[in-house]
Amino acid sequence: MGATVELPLRAQEDVVVVRQVVRTHAVKIGLSLVDQTKFVTAASELGRNTVIHGGGGTARLEVIQNGMRQGIRVTFEDEGPGIADVERAMQDGYTTGGGLGLGLGGAKRLTSEFSIETAPGRGTRIAITQWRNK
Amino acid sequence: MEHIPILRLGRFLLVTIQVDMHDQLAMVLQEELTDRIVRDRARGVLIDISALDIVDSFIGRMLSNIAGMARILDAETVVVGMQPSVAITLVELGLSLPGIRTALDVDRGMALLKSAIGEDQEGDLGRHG
Repeated sequence: MGATVELPLRAQEDVVVVRQVVRTHAVKIGLSLVDQTKFVTAASELGRNTVIHGGGGTARLEVIQNGMRQGIRVTFEDEGPGIADVERAMQDGYTTGGGLGLGLGGAKRLTSEFSIETAPGRGTRIAITQWRNK
Repeated sequence: MEHIPILRLGRFLLVTIQVDMHDQLAMVLQEELTDRIVRDRARGVLIDISALDIVDSFIGRMLSNIAGMARILDAETVVVGMQPSVAITLVELGLSLPGIRTALDVDRGMALLKSAIGEDQEGDLGRHG
């Protein structure tokens, strides 16, 4: 079950491709429609962040297994400026990009697991995971 | 350049979003739609999003922007056909689409537009007479 796909995130059009590939895999592992929709939406928010704030990067998609449970994980990585105040960036309404500032906090709410590694000048890596229920 | 077709139906404009929009395409739609509201003297805009399987914060903001701009141009906006899973996701994302009227389908959306601009079926006929 070690399917891994790495996708470039250089331009807005790449975010559309990431959404479609994530959807295909979410369907394949049998996520419910609501979980698919939440996960693809979270991936869209984070993919856009990678393009706009991170100056481009990649999305790595994996189908993962934990005992009997199957899940999908997408890791967004960029070598951009990083985030100085992660706690603040996670709050709704915080934005530096002219958006609504719902991206990070929203992505966390929409997924089973969310992790972020970032430091000023050292890029950002965010991983989101959705496990299949039951 | 890519476009999303805008149809005119009487005094209303009809947009059916059929593609997975990238951000630039969403911006083009926003500009073309406001342009058409003025050019066609439209009083209402109906946006059918039943083919969209996600609405993220960018597309949500675009829909709110269109509704806000249309209102300033004296036109009402109704968004129709949102999938239930999209509605659930939007609320958890924290997006409540402020200022947007919604209806379940195109028929109800048209009825809402007509009543919003004070034009029911009879009034419509009367005006043509």
